[in-house]
Amino acid sequence: MTMAARSDAPKRIVILGAGSAIAEEAARAWARRGPVRFALVGRQPDRLEAVAANLRVLGAEAASYAADLDTADAAALISRMAAEMGRLDIVLLAYGTLGDQQACERDPKAASQLLHTNFISAAAWCLAAASALEAQGHGSLVVIGSVAGDRGRASNFIYGAAKGGLGILLQGLAHRLTKAGARAVLIKPGFVDTPMTAHISGRGGPLWSTPARVAAVIVKVAEPASKGRAIVYAPRFWRWIMFVIRNIPERIFHKTRL
Amino acid sequence: MIFQRRADVVSWGRVVRVPQTVAMPRFRDEIADAMMSEMPGGLLAIGQRRSYGDSIFNTGGHLIDMRALDRFLAFDRDTGILRAEAGVTLGQIMRLAVPAGYFPAVTPGTRHVTLGGALANDVHGKNHHVAGTFGRHVTRIGLLRSDGYRELSPGDNLFAATIGGLGLTGVILWAEIQLQRIGSSDLDVEITPYDSLEAFWQLAEASTASHEHTVAWIDFAARGRKLGRGIFTRANWRATGSLQTHSEGFRRSVPFEVPFCLLSGPSMRAFNALYYRVQKGKRGPQVQPYADFFHPLDAVADWNRLYGRRGFYQYQCVVPAGSMRDAIAALVGAIVQAGQGSALAVLKTCGAIPSPGLLSFPMEGATLALDFPNRGAETLALMSRLDGIVREAGGRLYAAKDGRIPKETWAAGYPQTATFARFVDPRFASDFWRRVA
Ligand SMILES: Cc1cc2nc3c(=O)[nH]c(=O)nc-3n(C[C@H](O)[C@H](O)[C@H](O)COP(=O)(O)OP(=O)(O)OC[C@H]3O[C@@H](n4cnc5c(N)ncnc54)[C@H](O)[C@@H]3O)c2cc1C
Ligand SMILES: NC(=O)c1ccc[n+]([C@@H]2O[C@H](COP(=O)([O-])OP(=O)(O)OC[C@H]3O[C@@H](n4cnc5c(N)ncnc54)[C@H](OP(=O)(O)O)[C@@H]3O)[C@@H](O)[C@H]2O)c1
Repeated sequence: MTMAARSDAPKRIVILGAGSAIAEEAARAWARRGPVRFALVGRQPDRLEAVAANLRVLGAEAASYAADLDTADAAALISRMAAEMGRLDIVLLAYGTLGDQQACERDPKAASQLLHTNFISAAAWCLAAASALEAQGHGSLVVIGSVAGDRGRASNFIYGAAKGGLGILLQGLAHRLTKAGARAVLIKPGFVDTPMTAHISGRGGPLWSTPARVAAVIVKVAEPASKGRAIVYAPRFWRWIMFVIRNIPERIFHKTRL
Repeated sequence: MIFQRRADVVSWGRVVRVPQTVAMPRFRDEIADAMMSEMPGGLLAIGQRRSYGDSIFNTGGHLIDMRALDRFLAFDRDTGILRAEAGVTLGQIMRLAVPAGYFPAVTPGTRHVTLGGALANDVHGKNHHVAGTFGRHVTRIGLLRSDGYRELSPGDNLFAATIGGLGLTGVILWAEIQLQRIGSSDLDVEITPYDSLEAFWQLAEASTASHEHTVAWIDFAARGRKLGRGIFTRANWRATGSLQTHSEGFRRSVPFEVPFCLLSGPSMRAFNALYYRVQKGKRGPQVQPYADFFHPLDAVADWNRLYGRRGFYQYQCVVPAGSMRDAIAALVGAIVQAGQGSALAVLKTCGAIPSPGLLSFPMEGATLALDFPNRGAETLALMSRLDGIVREAGGRLYAAKDGRIPKETWAAGYPQTATFARFVDPRFASDFWRRVA
C-alpha cells in the first residue's frame, strides 16, 4: 500500500471489547479527531449499538459485530473485518475480566477459564491482527494489559499471569512487526474507575485514574508516527511505581498483603 | 451494576454530608436489572449534582448515578431534533450542536447539568420570557419505572409529572429535545448599571420585547436610597458569525475546600462593591461568546468550595406579577437588613409561557436567587422570614435550590403536589420528598 492510501480518510479501527469503559472513551476520542470507520466487536448487541449510535452522531461510521471474543474464530473474523473495511489502521484489544482469585484457587476450571479469556483467546486475536497488519505493511495493534502483570501478588496472580503473558507476547509482536512497518503496543493501566473495579472500596484516591485518561494514552500510542516503546504505562507514573514494586525484596514483599 | 456506600456524595450547597449507596451504570439494561431486585429504601436517579439541597439524596436507600449514560442516540441536523441518554450534559450537547448551528433552547447558569437533571427540575434560563422552561422543548422521554418501560410525549399525564418531577416518577433513560437555531456562537450583550429597584422594573419591562435574554445582578452591599441597585444585562444572539464551541477545561479551579467561608461578611461586601465597579466600567454594548454570557461561573471549577466546610444555602423564589414589586422590595430589604446577603444574587422577570410540569417552578412574575453562607440558626431564621414574604405574595420556592423548607410552605406554593403524588413510582424515594410530601 502506498503512503497516500494510508493517510486516506477515514481511519479504519477495530475494537475488540467495544463495550469496555476504557475502549469507549478511546473510540470517542478518535471520533472527535477526524473521520473514522469503526468495527465494534463485543458480545452484547444492544450495548454495541448504543456505543455505535453515539459514535455515528459524533460523525464516525460504525458497524457492530456480535461475538463472544473468548470463543469466536479470531482469524476468520479479522479477515472478514479487514475485507469489509478495506484495511485496518488500528486494532484495539480491550476486553478482559478480572475474575475471582479465590474461586480460581478452589476450582481449576475457573482458573483456566480466566487464563483463556485474558490470555489464550487474546493471544489468538493478537496473532490474527498482527498477520493482517504485517500483510498490509502498516497499522497499530494496541492491547490493554495491566500493572497486575508486572509482579505476582497473592490477591490476583492468575489474572496477573495472563496480563503478564500478554506483555511477552506484545514485545515479541512489536519485534516482529517493525520489519513490516507495523506496530504493536501494550498499555498497562493502574487502577481505573470502570465497572471492572466497581466492587473495590476506596476508589477515587490519588492512584485512581479515569477511562478518559487511559484512553488519551491509547490514542497517542496508536498514531503511526508514534515512536514510543512496546510497553506503555497509563498514566505514566505507574512506570515508577511498578519499578519500585518489582524491586521490593521478596522477604519484605511476602510480608505485605498486596 | 454494583452499589457501594460512599461518603463523598454532596450536593452543590455542601451542607448535608450523609453517606449514600450509589451505583454507576454504563448501559441502560443494567438499570432494568436493578429494578427487578429488592431495593430497600427505594431508588433515585441523579445527575451532575448541581442541585443545591437534598433532592439528590436518598439516605437509607439507593442512588443511580447517571453520568456514565452519556451517549447521543440521534441528531437530525436538518430539524435540530436531538435524542440522547439522560446523563449527557448540556455542555456535551453544545459541543455537538453549536458547529451545526444549534443550541439548547434553554440553558441554566451552568452547562454542567445532565439532560435528565434539566428535565427533572424543568430548568429555566435568561430567556424564560420568550422560551419558557426546558420542558417545553422536550418532545419525547424514555422512562423506566418499576412496573416497566414507557415512552412519553407532551400531553401525557406521566409526561407532565416527569417534567419537574425530581426523579420521583422513575428513571429518565433518554430524552428527545428540539434545539434552537443559532446563526453565531456569540451574543450582542448590553450591560446597564441601574440605581434602584424601580429602575430595574423599567429596564426589564422595556427589554422583554426587544431582547431574548435578560437578567440582573443585585448589589447586596448597597443600602438606603441605593437599595436594590445592580447591573442589568440583556442580550440577543448575533444573526451571523462564526460557530465556535466553548473550551472544555476550566480557567481556574478551587482545588480544595477552604476551611472557613471566604464569601461572607466584609469580604462579601468588598467583593460586591468591586464587582459593581468593574461591571459599571464595562457598561454599554459588547460581543460575548455564549459561555461567557450564559455560564460565567463555569470558568472556575468547584467554586462552591469557597463557602467552606459548612457549605451554603441557595434561596430562590418566584413571586407572581401582581405582587412582585412589593415582594421583591420586601425581600431585598430584609436581606440587606440582616446583613447576610451574598455575592451571587440574581433577579429576573419570568414570562407568561406556561410550564409543562406539574411541579415546575417558574410562573409569570419575578424570580430572585441568592446564596447564603451557612451560619446555622441565624441563616435559617432569615430564610424563614423570607419564606413568609414569598408565601404572602403567592409565590413559591425552587426545589433545585432548596434543602430545608417546611412541608406547609412547599404545599402552599405547589397546590398540584397531591396530583403529582399519584404518579410517584412506589419504589422511588428521596430525602427531599420525604421532607415535603
Ligand atoms: C452555578 C449554577 C447555576 C444554576 N443556574 C440555574 C438556572 O439559571 N436555572 C435553573 O433552572 N437552574 C439552575 N441551576 C440548578 C440546576 O440547573 C439544576 O439543579 C439541575 O437540575 C441540575 O442538573 P444535574 O444534572 O446536576 O442534576 P442533579 O442535581 O444531580 O439532580 C437534580 C434532580 O434531577 C433528578 N434526576 C437527575 N437525573 C435523572 C434521571 N436520569 N432520571 C430521573 N431523574 C433524574 C434527581 O433525582 C434530582 O431530583 C443552577 C445550578 C448551579 C450550580
Ligand atoms: N479498570 C481497571 O482498573 C483496569 C486496570 C488495568 C487493566 N484493565 C484492563 O482494561 C481492559 C478494559 O476494561 P475496563 O476497565 O474498561 O472494564 P469494563 O468496562 O468492564 O470492560 C471489560 C469489557 O470486556 C468485555 N468482555 C469480557 N469478556 C468478554 C468476552 N468473552 N467476549 C466479549 N467481551 C468480553 C466486557 O463485555 P461484557 O460487558 O459483555 O462482559 C466488557 O465490555 C480490560 O482488559 C482490563 O483487564 C482495567
